[in-house]
Amino acid sequence: MSIAEEQNQRGGATIARLLMSFGPLMFLAALVVVFTVLKPSFIDPINLFNITRQISITGLIALGMTFVILTAGIDLSVGSLLAFCGMVAAVVAKGGAANTLSLSTSGTQGYGWFAALLAAVMVGAAAGGVQGLAITRLKVPPFVVTLGGLTVFRGLTLTISNGGPISGFDASMRWFGTGLIGPVPVPAIIFAIAAILCHIVLRYTRYGRAVYAVGGNAEAARLSGLRVDRILISVYVIVGFFAGLAAFVLSARLNSSEAVAGIGYELTVISAVVIGGTSLFGGIGSVGGTVVGAALIGVLQNGLQFNNVSSYTQSIVIGLILILAVAFDRWLKSRVRR
Amino acid sequence: MPAEAAPVLLAVEGLTKHFAGVTALSDVSLDIHPGEILGLLGENGAGKSTLLKILSGVMPPSSGHIVFDGTDYQPSSPQDAKRLGIVTIYQELSLIPTLTVAENIFIGRAPTGPLGLVSWRRMERDSRDIIARVGLSIDPMTPVSALSVAEQQLVEIARALSLKSRLIIMDEPTSALTETEVQRLLSIMDRLRRDKVAVMFVTHRLEEAVAICDRMTVLRDGRLAGHLDRQGGPIQLPRIIEKMVGRAASELYARPVLRAVAGDVVLSVRGLRTVRDPEAPHAIVLDGVDIDLKAGEILGVAGLVGSGRTELARAIFGADRIAAGTITLDGRQIAPASPADAIALGIGLVPEDRKHQAIFAALGILPNFSVASLGRFSNGFGFMAERRERDALAGFRKMLSIRMASAEQAIEGLSGGNQQKVILARWLARDPKVLIVDEPTRGVDVGAKAEVHQILVQLAARGIAVMMISSELPEVLAVSDRIVTMRRGRITGEMPGVEANEEKLMELMALDKQDTERQDSGRQDAEGQAR
Repeated sequence: MSIAEEQNQRGGATIARLLMSFGPLMFLAALVVVFTVLKPSFIDPINLFNITRQISITGLIALGMTFVILTAGIDLSVGSLLAFCGMVAAVVAKGGAANTLSLSTSGTQGYGWFAALLAAVMVGAAAGGVQGLAITRLKVPPFVVTLGGLTVFRGLTLTISNGGPISGFDASMRWFGTGLIGPVPVPAIIFAIAAILCHIVLRYTRYGRAVYAVGGNAEAARLSGLRVDRILISVYVIVGFFAGLAAFVLSARLNSSEAVAGIGYELTVISAVVIGGTSLFGGIGSVGGTVVGAALIGVLQNGLQFNNVSSYTQSIVIGLILILAVAFDRWLKSRVRR
Repeated sequence: MPAEAAPVLLAVEGLTKHFAGVTALSDVSLDIHPGEILGLLGENGAGKSTLLKILSGVMPPSSGHIVFDGTDYQPSSPQDAKRLGIVTIYQELSLIPTLTVAENIFIGRAPTGPLGLVSWRRMERDSRDIIARVGLSIDPMTPVSALSVAEQQLVEIARALSLKSRLIIMDEPTSALTETEVQRLLSIMDRLRRDKVAVMFVTHRLEEAVAICDRMTVLRDGRLAGHLDRQGGPIQLPRIIEKMVGRAASELYARPVLRAVAGDVVLSVRGLRTVRDPEAPHAIVLDGVDIDLKAGEILGVAGLVGSGRTELARAIFGADRIAAGTITLDGRQIAPASPADAIALGIGLVPEDRKHQAIFAALGILPNFSVASLGRFSNGFGFMAERRERDALAGFRKMLSIRMASAEQAIEGLSGGNQQKVILARWLARDPKVLIVDEPTRGVDVGAKAEVHQILVQLAARGIAVMMISSELPEVLAVSDRIVTMRRGRITGEMPGVEANEEKLMELMALDKQDTERQDSGRQDAEGQAR
């Protein structure tokens, strides 16, 4: 009798758990259906690939942000850090600060795309590491440290760029932003590979387990022998790395690094992670959820634009959907509890 | 007895409280007169906190009734209880630390001026008078966070007085105080008595209860164990202890038969002192602890809340900083700077507060089990070897009879006993030399307690040195091969498990300067018999 009950409960919990993990996905599917009904051409592959290109920049950062939020942290500096890393990439691609005003795209003077990419991700990771150190060693809350970082990195960007853009990269670099492999945009492929890697790290490695443990209960993690501070620093390194990678792709796509790039991205990125079901209190969430969350925002933006909704109205709708999606998630979970 | 002359202030009759099939309080009656200090005593789980919750309006009783000041007393909430004249002061104080003393005293009823604005001047002047009644002469505009625990308590008492409270219930008020602060509190209680305020003093500290109480009511296992009266002289300690302990160790605490023979000393602690944290000047610190732990034995550490028992465990485990002293493991001196260091050396700790310090509520059983041995359950590339991990969990599930549905099940869904078994499995997976368990059966239902005890005995039989910290004496007696008692950061006694009994341990745990006190109580006992 009690075994039967237990099994029954288990079965119920499994279904509920499935629903829970697919909650945002169901929401996404519903949106796609609505937009397709409103305008059938929405579902064209060309448009869909377009959406994947659009979401890949914030999506990349959102992957890193998933690690941070899983530890109950937050990183508000990612938008500014993206601009800073983009500027660093541009300077390297141009072969030094002296050449930044040249619009030449021949690439003969520069250090090439690989050096630019390396510089962007390394600067991003280092900046994240410094913020992680401030959080763990100085015991300043992540919200405050990265709020400071938001201003600092923007200021650094404006300093090295003198406020203007650095434009004109060679074709091999631009390919990372504008190229296609078959019908698929290169940024989307980069995003997909990165998402798969992050999923594997979080789901199948020792490090992933430690991230969930630290986010789930930092004190219990410490008393279980985890080096909590190191893990906290590492997640800020990871989000910094992804801000650098996203910066490289964005610069390649626009053929320009803008000093004002990435303003407000932190909000889109955090929205994607939260809509994807990752708890701001830490310990709960997944990369899959974040990908869905990023897609949801992308579909919404694109679909509204497609239907000629003004960008002002778009803002309103996206904000409301953010709240609605999380409320829906909460509602599902409260049904599970009962 | 002048108190008897006054009419009864509070009369509790036949109070009973059931929780989901468990009877926490059964047919308890007591009364208090104005200007009387009543001691409420009992071991952990005796029903004291349930009684307090009912009196303070946190929850209603299942049956029985309470008459306060001549009328039926049925508070709908703690606020309601306060309004009716009963204030309860808990160990965790309820002042708002960021507000000033004056603001706390006048919270929700600040004096206002003609425009309806807060009159700070009146508030400051009035609160100065109010705190003077409890002998405090601090600036009422000081934020509460700047006060010591003792001062905060006095502010709470002062607030209660300003609310015209007739009965003040104090729950373990002295556990976080220094000796001088305790004396000051007792003298304030004496002053309240003269002002005809009734005080219910809930405490573990028997000598303080003896010093101040007019009468005592002792609870045991949710029932009334008896009332004690100060008949001319102070109430005698042996009488109190007898009432508190009362029963023979019940069936549930039957001593497991399988015993190991204690081997060599594995862990040796000498002169251990911990750092006094300037941000928590009133926290318990270890004050020179010497302890030896042998392979294959269970060492019971008995002590009340605030005795330093948990601090001892945390210091050995590298969770708290050590100021002085040495720790030797297998003959080698060690200095674990973090739990990670201690764990690597072969020490495990099952912490006292399972919810906040041990389990990862959001995660499944599998990650909860393997979190301390991620290295053992992963390959050289850092990937989890989930097969090995699952097999190990399955082994412990059988060995410890953990009742669970699957490895993916959320640990929150398990009963307290099964959660604790998962935490034990977490450490067994590391094959520790030393396992420290702090209150291993707190929040574990009665049936599973015996199982946990049995597991601890098995572990000792496998050669693990087990240190078991507990405030439940029957548990300490049932499981330990050897017992040490702690009080105020020191070891106050040691004896083999077979020679120990609750009376002996209680004296060592609850009394200061045990030697002289024990003589005293012996003498009183003799006097009592002579009468």
